Amino acid sequence: MNTRHPALLGSALAALVMLTACGGDSDSEAGATEENPVVIYSGRAEELVGPLLTQLEEAVGAPVEVRYADSAELAAQLLEEGDRTEADVFFSQDAGALGALARADMLSELPASVTDRVDPAYVDPDGRWVATSARARVVIYNQDSAPEVTEFTGIDDILSADYAGQIGYAPTNASFQSFVTALRVIRGEEAAEEWLTEFAALEPVAYEKNSLVLEAVDRGEVALGLVNHYYWFAMAQEVGAEEMTAQVHYLNADDPGALINVAGVGVVSGSEQAAEAEAVAAFLVSDEAQQFFADETAEYAVVEGISSEVHDVGNLADLTGASIDLNDLDSLAETQAMLEKVGLI
Amino acid sequence: MILPAVAVSGFALLPIAYLLVRASEAGGDRIFELLWRERTLTLALRSLWLAGSVTFACIVIGVLLAFLVTRTDLPGRRIWTVVAVLPLAVPSYVAAYTWIAAVPGLAGYWGSLLVLTACTYPYVFLVVAALLLSTDAGLEDVARSLGRSRLRTFFTVTLPQVRPAIAAGGLLVALYVLSDFGAVSLMRYDVFTRVIFTSYRSSFDRTPAAVLGLVLVVITVAITVAEARSRGRLEQARVGGGVARSVPPLRLTRAQRAAGVAFAGAVAAIAVGFPLVSLGYWVARAAEGSFDVARLTSAAVSTLTVSLLAGAATVVLALPVGILAARESRPWARATEHAAYAAHALPGLVVALAMVFIGIRVVPSLYLETPLLVATYVVLFLPLAVGSVRASVALSTPRLEETASSLGLGPGRVFAQVTLPLAAPGVAAGAALVVLTCMKELPATLLLRPTGMDTLATELWTLTFVPAYGEAAPYAALLVLLAAIPTVLLTRTFWPERSAR
Repeated sequence: MNTRHPALLGSALAALVMLTACGGDSDSEAGATEENPVVIYSGRAEELVGPLLTQLEEAVGAPVEVRYADSAELAAQLLEEGDRTEADVFFSQDAGALGALARADMLSELPASVTDRVDPAYVDPDGRWVATSARARVVIYNQDSAPEVTEFTGIDDILSADYAGQIGYAPTNASFQSFVTALRVIRGEEAAEEWLTEFAALEPVAYEKNSLVLEAVDRGEVALGLVNHYYWFAMAQEVGAEEMTAQVHYLNADDPGALINVAGVGVVSGSEQAAEAEAVAAFLVSDEAQQFFADETAEYAVVEGISSEVHDVGNLADLTGASIDLNDLDSLAETQAMLEKVGLI
Repeated sequence: MILPAVAVSGFALLPIAYLLVRASEAGGDRIFELLWRERTLTLALRSLWLAGSVTFACIVIGVLLAFLVTRTDLPGRRIWTVVAVLPLAVPSYVAAYTWIAAVPGLAGYWGSLLVLTACTYPYVFLVVAALLLSTDAGLEDVARSLGRSRLRTFFTVTLPQVRPAIAAGGLLVALYVLSDFGAVSLMRYDVFTRVIFTSYRSSFDRTPAAVLGLVLVVITVAITVAEARSRGRLEQARVGGGVARSVPPLRLTRAQRAAGVAFAGAVAAIAVGFPLVSLGYWVARAAEGSFDVARLTSAAVSTLTVSLLAGAATVVLALPVGILAARESRPWARATEHAAYAAHALPGLVVALAMVFIGIRVVPSLYLETPLLVATYVVLFLPLAVGSVRASVALSTPRLEETASSLGLGPGRVFAQVTLPLAAPGVAAGAALVVLTCMKELPATLLLRPTGMDTLATELWTLTFVPAYGEAAPYAALLVLLAAIPTVLLTRTFWPERSAR
């Protein structure tokens, strides 16, 4: 039966056009009576951005629209959109996604008024993105079973047979992989693989998330764990630091195990509202926003003179030693290949 | 019928065109290196193994339940039918979350098998039950009267009759499992989709992801072709007139009844009961705090709006493809149908990025507007509707249309007065299936929704996916409740009125 019937195609198209029209209508009701808002693609959570929105719009002097999704997915979306993108600002959970966009020439140079506010260690050397907050890798230890950890100066100290089966870590987590990348960048491929091989021989216990590593150390399931600092401070705020068996230890600043990684912001090149977009970046490194991030997340403010009034994390400046160019942390594929090779993922 | 079907299939192939563009950026060496890694191969095999075992489990459960509710006097058959379909309303990531929160030890293969089976066996149940209800039970009667035992009748008569339905349902299950990332990642079971996500997330490189995506496409085509082969060239239609002979259901012994009820009850408890009770408990706990009713309502309205639009658009577009697939068996018609399925095992994120790439270049004025989101849903879920339409139309003989033509009806009127009414149950079922699936969709919605619009699924994502921590629980619960509506309607599309009472 061959019913060659163009009318159907016609009606299908008509239906689509109708749907299209409906869709368009409902949008214009819901969305923008505001003309030309500044569009932010945000990989940071709504609870971190939402409360600042009113002040942000005031500071920018224009309406602001935010799209939320995972940083990596948004970076992929921006790369696919290319120069046609409507995004003006990219606010990322980590430096890797910003580095990927910078490499693709999708971020424009920020004005000195923005980059000068931030510790130069946490600004892209070409000024295409700035950090908005920072987090440090730390060693969490159970103070009953491993009090000696306070003496540790570097990650080599944990490579002891005493800790076989006693180290918790989150191998698939981006922050652990950043640490391994730093290890490769600082010590070279061979030495990094050697360290990882010895580490793997200790049969460390893999957890899905940093927070689970922390809980395991606190319960005494494992003696120590490799995590980001703020997990400990968040838990301390919730249950009280004195209630916790898990304690936090910072390694020497020049050690890969003390890597500092950042969340950050960049202005999308070709933005038609570059001035407003830059105002967004400026606002995110303003005293007001920095104070909010530090209080809300227990991450470090990246602007001198701001420290959390809620969490006793100290100052970023006190941690900064010989750190590495965060753009160099983009070789994650090699990191994962190495982790696979030594059998950690 | 041919032109529209080809056009629709071409539309469904858009993501693959995109993958080819991206993959071509890699040289042959790079592609070989990507594919020939031990991890890629291990995970591809693991994905196939998981898809195979989930499909097998779904077939066992789906066929047994379908047989129980359509061919026996199991008490409460109507209710069991609805309950058996309900798991479709539970997003697999929510189900996985409830299980992993309660039984952390389930993580891994067994947890993934449990959750994916529980969430997808209704695909098999639905088509098999629909077919059992609409085919004549007379054949089974004859076999029994000639002295075959019940068991032998089931295996030698009933099962071959429903084999095409089993294959069609199993196909959807297998492709769902291949494309799933949410449930397996919560269950910490590394499968092939993980390699694709890792490629986006850690190297920000879309080329390897595209190459690996094409591997999924090749696997999908292989599976759909195998399914079509197994469907064979059997004409399923009865030649006689009137309705299928309704036969008195098999009488179960008391022990068989108890076993049947226990089986259906156990499946329901695992697939629906447990997730619902967990969510209910969390909602009750969250109610002590406060949640934003206006926000919840607006998310629900957006969810319904986009899902209903997508349901309508998908069935309209699925009609020509489904009808052609049922009426034509020549190779090019088969190819049209396979094309509609080809992208169905791609993870939502891959399809979404394809629509980003194409949308912003071809229809920039619709980019990040509802129509493009709806179009993406169509690409993602077209096979659900094509399958339903094809199954409905295939039940009637093409002689009907030929007769109408020979009596002087033009092709337009034959379509409107004969084919369309025949396809109606399939259209309704397809629409319901697409609507409820769209409600649960997350990755594409997140990337393509109009800025500022939130659906229940995206709100669930925003609230970090952790229903146990209160705030997210009402969104998860409302999502399941809303998705339950089309799910229940789905059972009505095939359950004949005569057994309504």
